[in-house]
Amino acid sequence: MTKILVIAEHLDGKLNGATARAVSAASAVKPDAIDILVLSDAPDAVAAEAARIDGVSKVLTVARSENAHALAAILAPQIAKAAVGYSHVFAPSTTFGKDLAPRVAALLGVSQVSDVMSVEAPHSFKRPIYAGNAIVTVEVDAGSTVVATIRTASWPAAASNGSAPVEVLGIDATLPSHTRFVGLQQGKSDRPDLQGAPKVVSGGRGVGSKENFEIIYKFADKIGAAVGASRAAVDAGYVPNEMQVGQTGKIIAPELYIAVGISGAIQHLTGIKDAGTIVAINKDGEAPIFEIADIGLVGDLFKILPDLEAALG
Amino acid sequence: MKVLVGYKRVVDYNVRIQVKPDGTGVVTDGVKLSANPFDDIALEEALRLREKGLAEEVVVVGIGPADLTAHLRNGLAMGANRAIHVQTADAVSPLTAARTFLKLIEKEEPGLVILGKQAIDDDANQTGQMLAALWDRPQATFASKVEITDGKATVTREVDAGLETIEADLPAVITTDLRLNEPRFIKLPDIMKAKSKPIDVIELGSLGVDAADHIKTTHYSAPPKRSKGVMVKDAAELVAALKQKGLL
Ligand SMILES: Cc1cc2nc3c(=O)[nH]c(=O)nc-3n(C[C@H](O)[C@H](O)[C@H](O)COP(=O)(O)OP(=O)(O)OC[C@H]3O[C@@H](n4cnc5c(N)ncnc54)[C@H](O)[C@@H]3O)c2cc1C
Repeated sequence: MTKILVIAEHLDGKLNGATARAVSAASAVKPDAIDILVLSDAPDAVAAEAARIDGVSKVLTVARSENAHALAAILAPQIAKAAVGYSHVFAPSTTFGKDLAPRVAALLGVSQVSDVMSVEAPHSFKRPIYAGNAIVTVEVDAGSTVVATIRTASWPAAASNGSAPVEVLGIDATLPSHTRFVGLQQGKSDRPDLQGAPKVVSGGRGVGSKENFEIIYKFADKIGAAVGASRAAVDAGYVPNEMQVGQTGKIIAPELYIAVGISGAIQHLTGIKDAGTIVAINKDGEAPIFEIADIGLVGDLFKILPDLEAALG
Repeated sequence: MKVLVGYKRVVDYNVRIQVKPDGTGVVTDGVKLSANPFDDIALEEALRLREKGLAEEVVVVGIGPADLTAHLRNGLAMGANRAIHVQTADAVSPLTAARTFLKLIEKEEPGLVILGKQAIDDDANQTGQMLAALWDRPQATFASKVEITDGKATVTREVDAGLETIEADLPAVITTDLRLNEPRFIKLPDIMKAKSKPIDVIELGSLGVDAADHIKTTHYSAPPKRSKGVMVKDAAELVAALKQKGLL
């Protein structure tokens, strides 16, 4: 029997959209069942959201005060116990899943498949290596549990028309106290979420300063886009780290990506390869970003962005 | 406190990777190899802990073929006290690497293990987490700030939502993110000094590590290419093009 356990990612009582993308990947395996596991101190609201995802057989909840924050050292032993009887364990390839899934795999004594882009067969997958400059097909031994993280940009979110049952799961696991949550400093923003937004405007080192970045925010707001950045812009302190797009930041697949003052280093391009339409605005006509852009415009961003706003009316 | 640092050699990040036409791998002949950038950051962090008096000894660990020596000498030139070379002709999986580290830990008893969050060849992002699980100790992945006080590490982590801070009792495993520090450059006199620093060579086979691999790579391919686009001459043309595609 092919049974897949998908680990729910959530924060502040809300299910993260990456979970529904992991369910899409699970559906591609054509399993007999897809169950979602919600580990939380108060799982009910998240479980109710998870139960609506299409293709889900049931939602399992574990309510423990230790699960108030997603610490891998605490969650992994519970997942390893819950995984008994499942052929696959999937988590989204977000910082949550990347932190957690390898710890689960090691407890189960198996290797992990990172960043699944496509499912070739129940034990065969494609994944990127070398910042996406090569794609490998990997095969997991028939007898061993498949632990995998799902590259969210490769999968659409499964729709939410379902109504799976929710069950409480009793897990008897002793949890360590050696790792403790201290705090989370979250960027507060009313803008769309970078990882799910259909439109994204990103600024790079060419924007020049934190103050200048206002011009990016203003234009993004005008077209209802999320805002991202290159590593150089984050390193220079123009914007916080959670806005970084690329190999070591967020991998995204918006319908429209507008890169402003970004040169197009391979590590940045890794993060946007699956975007529908890529627009590049750069004053250097030789910048590598133009090699992959669908639409390019050479010129000074400080002139072009106001012109664009004017042209939009 | 002793700090163990993972020091992997990879294809340099500036190299344009080419997939072999027969799909059996990527071209590595004659390609520039360097330390994994995240591992240079790991080593730098360990050296800073030693310079602050929080660690006595920094040991770099490499797993790889006989010619890894020159690479490990770079780690010694950067400032590590000594190196351990676990010798094997084959590339190892993250799980095997984690099991290998565990064997070394049993012998070395470090207070801290610092690894890169990922190696830029296989981009797996697994070894640190797996090691922490097998060792049954805390993990603090994607670190952008580390503070060591009273037998514990307070680590700021770069996560999708922002910056998370956690506290971990030592010994623990930390994996580095890019903004943790800027690694120092190696100076010529240090290269000379490194020549006399010890490198222990251990055969992987002699460690009794279960090297069972559950995953086989069966094929390599080049990623799909994006076709070359069009250039527009001004903002008005750009808006028109995007409206035509239904994107604005
Ligand atoms: C291991 C590793 C991981 C990495 N991970 C990432 C990652 O996840 N994401 C990432 O982005 N990078 C990453 N990088 C860094 C990457 O290699 C580049 O250094 C970085 O992307 C450059 O950012 P940039 O394009 O903003 O800056 P630059 O390369 O400096 O480019 C700035 C661009 O702005 C243009 N410009 C300047 N002024 C103007 C103006 N007035 N109007 C219009 N254009 C202007 C310039 O022509 C130039 O092309 C990584 C590097 C390494 C080694």
